[in-house]
Amino acid sequence: MTVAWQPTCEIAQLQQRARLLSDIRTFFAQRGVLEVETPLLCHTTGTDPQLDFFATDYRFLPQPQPLFLQTSPEFAMKRLLAAGSGSIYQICKAFRNGESGRFHNPEFTLLEWYRLGFELPELMAEVGELISTLLAPRLPLKKITYHSYSALFAQITGLNPLVFSALDYQTYTQNQGLAEAGQLCGEDHALWLDFIFSHQIQPQLGVDAVCLVYDYPAFLPSLARVKATNPQVVERFEVFVAGLELGNGFFELADVAEQERRFEAEIKERQIKGLPVVKKDTYFLAALEQGLPDCSGVALGLDRLLMLLTESNSITDVLAFPVAIA
Amino acid sequence: MATYSTSEFKGGLKIMLDADPCAIIENEFVKPGKGQAFNRVKIRNLKTGRVIERTFKSGDSVEGADVVDREMSYMYSDGDYWHFMESDTFEQYQANATIVGDSAKWLKEQAICVLTLWNGEPLAVTPPKFVDLVITETDPGLKGDTSGGGGKPATLETGAVVRVPLFVQIDELIRVDTRTGEYISRVKES
Repeated sequence: MTVAWQPTCEIAQLQQRARLLSDIRTFFAQRGVLEVETPLLCHTTGTDPQLDFFATDYRFLPQPQPLFLQTSPEFAMKRLLAAGSGSIYQICKAFRNGESGRFHNPEFTLLEWYRLGFELPELMAEVGELISTLLAPRLPLKKITYHSYSALFAQITGLNPLVFSALDYQTYTQNQGLAEAGQLCGEDHALWLDFIFSHQIQPQLGVDAVCLVYDYPAFLPSLARVKATNPQVVERFEVFVAGLELGNGFFELADVAEQERRFEAEIKERQIKGLPVVKKDTYFLAALEQGLPDCSGVALGLDRLLMLLTESNSITDVLAFPVAIA
Repeated sequence: MATYSTSEFKGGLKIMLDADPCAIIENEFVKPGKGQAFNRVKIRNLKTGRVIERTFKSGDSVEGADVVDREMSYMYSDGDYWHFMESDTFEQYQANATIVGDSAKWLKEQAICVLTLWNGEPLAVTPPKFVDLVITETDPGLKGDTSGGGGKPATLETGAVVRVPLFVQIDELIRVDTRTGEYISRVKES
């Protein structure tokens, strides 16, 4: 029997990855942002019903306890911010169960950073700068473009994402040869937006540019703050290059009561959908209680950035040992 | 029949879609960083051969299609039906013209074909990749012409018409690639 033990990526890819990591560290060192490490294995993890996690048992006798591989280092990094760390970044692995495909591996490398005192536009500019710096050797991106979610949505589809009309959405998708959308999305406004955005809008974003989309609808909030000047949207952005989603950023929610409400809503949704149980992170909530300084944060997928940098067609081309042979 | 979750989707999986048996050609996992994941799937309808794209919500399940490929030898045609037999079980199957389709022109008795069965009934017939057939009709070529340039049509014993080089003559046995319908070589009868 022959076992395919060899890496799925070329050795040159390992060198590209090493250079990418070193470039990132230089970028942040020049800006005085501190590199940190936080645990990958924690007592709780994110409650987002759209993210499935890996759980394991810690044989801590006499009472074994569950531990979770982190879907993101966010909670722990915010505890550092609340403890007075100042601006920080981390390069680490993150784990998402069931996510596997051309652009997904259940274990992947994340760059996450938080900037104290940054409003969202400042962080978006920094993201644009970092990505164009990192991709410059292979993919000279001529510009950084900014679009509000609603304007972009209307421009490409003619639809208003903030006002739900199943009929309008269905007519549009029907005309685009996506007749199954109606049955799939039903009366779920958020699902409709995810469907239309990922099928029709995203593939067109970031042609020769770093494309930043901001002001997401308020019912897609995650951990972002509601915008003070417009409660219909939240202070959240995503970044795209060549149709590929590279990251997600927020003006971070610091209101502990609001955070707790969102946790509870998500835990309830998990219950209704019969998803694995997860408790809210009390360490994180206690840190928010103490006070999270005003900050903006973002996470970028480094494997995808490497795919762009090396013009790779699949994430397996940039990973030594993707999950199938890990 | 089993049901399959989208996480089990991969090329070759047979599923039911709109009451027809289909085969997955390509499966792409589409997931916004925050939000619902989808599987965008390229699917071939095994009845019509048409390829379509369809999106599923990740985590949803679909019914599997009881579709299997079996090797069988072609026995004969009675005009309405083509008859096949599985060599180890001696089980016999018959397929009509719609099912046999274009494959009919390559079928010679004893040929080993692949019959695709859906719920035990023939759905499609795939001829062997290469068949050796005798030429029954073709224009006589010029003597000494071995270039093969240009070529000429030749009718084979099964009725199929293929382009052959000018030097190939009536009653000769030739090998044809059934996927492209192209002449490969002459075959020496042993």
